[in-house]
Amino acid sequence: MAQTVFAPWDDPQAKPLIQFKNVTKRFGDFTAIENLTQDIYEREFFALLGPSGCGKTTLMRMLAGFENTSEGQILIAGQDMANVPPNKRAVNMMFQSYALFPHLSIWENIAFGLKREGKPKDQIAARVDEMLRLTRLEKFAMRKPHQISGGQRQRVALARSLAKAPKLLLLDEPLGALDKKLRQDTQFELMDIQEKTGTTFVIVTHDQEEAMTVSSRVAVMDEGQIIQVATPAQIYEAPNSVYVADFIGDVNIIDGVATPEGDAYHIAWAEGQAPFTAKTATRFSEGQRCYLAIRPEKVGISADRPADMANAVQGQIIDIAYLGNISTYHVKLANGQMMKAQTANTRRLSRRSFTWEDRVWLSWTDTAAVVLEN
Amino acid sequence: MRRFILIAVPFIWLMALFLVPFAIVLKISLSDIALSIPPYTPQLDLTEGWAGIKAFFAELDFENYVFLTQDQLYWKAYVSSLQIALISTILTLLVGYPIAYGMAQAPDEWRATLLLLVILPFWTSFLIRVYSWMGILSNEGFLNQFLLWTGLISTPLVILNTNTAVYIGIVYTYLPFMILPIYAALEKMDGSLLEAAEDLGCSRLTAFWLVTIPLSKSGIIAGCFLVFIPALGEFVIPSLLGGSDTLMIGKVLWEEFFSNRDWPVASAVAVILLLILIIPIVLFQRNEQKQREMDQ
Ligand SMILES: Nc1ncnc2c1ncn2[C@@H]1O[C@H](COP(=O)(O)OP(=O)(O)O)[C@@H](O)[C@H]1O
Ligand SMILES: [Mg+2]
Repeated sequence: MAQTVFAPWDDPQAKPLIQFKNVTKRFGDFTAIENLTQDIYEREFFALLGPSGCGKTTLMRMLAGFENTSEGQILIAGQDMANVPPNKRAVNMMFQSYALFPHLSIWENIAFGLKREGKPKDQIAARVDEMLRLTRLEKFAMRKPHQISGGQRQRVALARSLAKAPKLLLLDEPLGALDKKLRQDTQFELMDIQEKTGTTFVIVTHDQEEAMTVSSRVAVMDEGQIIQVATPAQIYEAPNSVYVADFIGDVNIIDGVATPEGDAYHIAWAEGQAPFTAKTATRFSEGQRCYLAIRPEKVGISADRPADMANAVQGQIIDIAYLGNISTYHVKLANGQMMKAQTANTRRLSRRSFTWEDRVWLSWTDTAAVVLEN
Repeated sequence: MRRFILIAVPFIWLMALFLVPFAIVLKISLSDIALSIPPYTPQLDLTEGWAGIKAFFAELDFENYVFLTQDQLYWKAYVSSLQIALISTILTLLVGYPIAYGMAQAPDEWRATLLLLVILPFWTSFLIRVYSWMGILSNEGFLNQFLLWTGLISTPLVILNTNTAVYIGIVYTYLPFMILPIYAALEKMDGSLLEAAEDLGCSRLTAFWLVTIPLSKSGIIAGCFLVFIPALGEFVIPSLLGGSDTLMIGKVLWEEFFSNRDWPVASAVAVILLLILIIPIVLFQRNEQKQREMDQ
């Protein structure tokens, strides 16, 4: 059997596990979530990405049952959640503050939810030990939360929320306090757990790399609204707005005016400079304002003008950021605009072709840039 | 040197205000009653030098302690005091916990006011407040008048000069000592812990039982000791509100000192009371110590 791509959101038959229907949440006269409609499917790894204060935690708390909606409906597995208390939902949440019980040992913290289900003792013990192994906390089982480090506490919180094997697991910035190595390991473990258990994950993260690594879809939020939802690749390659393009990864934004020209557009960006050419599916009218978004790694850098590129522009190298595997060149164009170009460092540093103050040509194809309306 | 001074200050304080008076009381408890001023012998006479000191110590004995075991009054008074202190402590806890809980749940801007209200009674004299309870509880007092007026009762309730009045008095007087430590424990509790408990399948009530109560345990223990310890030796409340059958060691102590002028026996009673109190005081200290370690 051929491996089918996991994309239930493209399947009109698929039943979503979670449905937000025109959900609004107000605190007093402050609107934290504004008229939000979104489906999340079973087995998804759904990442919420956005600046601090944009309503990510509020969204999670509504799913867990700690906040009511001010307007609209939330359905989980088709059931309206309006009057279902947190303890009656097959949902577990890992709290941003961990919320570990200080009077209980690590072992008892993890066992807490299992004991409430009234499972037999040996089953509880087996499950707790499994969780301890998974999060590499065996050695600390008998310690109290105040006797372990921040990163270890975070793992306890994770283990505790995983222990009950919930249908839906909410992770509020679960890996923030871990160092890079452990974070990557835990990310893969999360994906592994997800594959094994079929749990649906909704994860809040600050770290876009993390969102890209683990998630099936990413939702980029701003001020209580979801700006775009798409797979990590789509979000990166085809952001729907300057906000999203800027939020995910590094990007050059060029402000210009579009003129239709055959199957492409000419985009005038500075007086006395040749316009750029870009192909896009979006329609622009003559003279409409637009933004070109170009990822630095799609911009070539060369000493001479390349003959076969649709766009080429000259500038001067102001700064070079050496990152080991890649280098980013900061180039100043004639109108003062800064552009970044990235190249892979396949050669040794000493043989690098360009240096500060060099005049260079930047170039990219007519499909490299995304043309955005706002 | 600086460290020495730092330690010396509380040490001298302790010496002057506890150890020296205690040594004096202990000494009196080992003396004999006498018709003199002060009303006991021997007196230490340093003019006779070494022989005087020797004679002084030769005269001290444990007679008074033996006497305490022979007269039923004393051990009955101790047991009765322990019982009254214990019951009052439990009653104070039952009244104080909900108040402390309510205060901790109240909106931030209310808390300072509520705290002030709890402490407010301390602004008037303790004695006056106990006297006013006599006015409330007596047969013609406010409480009975009110109950008669509502028709709930047809003859006045006898409350004053019974153990009930003593309980009311102790609960009323020591309530702030119960509320404050419990409130302090509840107030610093992180609300997300209750959410986490609910998230993991607890109802509100089980979450309260499994999280709130254990996390306020140190406050409960501190509050109970702060009520139990002074209530055990309480003298004013049983004298003013209690009846002739209210037997408390504080009252016995007072009578020995002032009615019988038997300082040696009274001192022995006091020393025994102190020994009884050492146990809860040590437990209280251990609780505080443990809490400090948790908070670090
Ligand atoms: N209980 C509350 N009362 C009032 N305002 C709140 C409350 N909870 C959250 N907010 C506000 O809602 C907004 C979104 O918060 P939150 O969901 O925590 O953001 P984040 O995306 O950083 O997790 C913030 O501006 C916050 O101040
Ligand atoms: Mg948050």
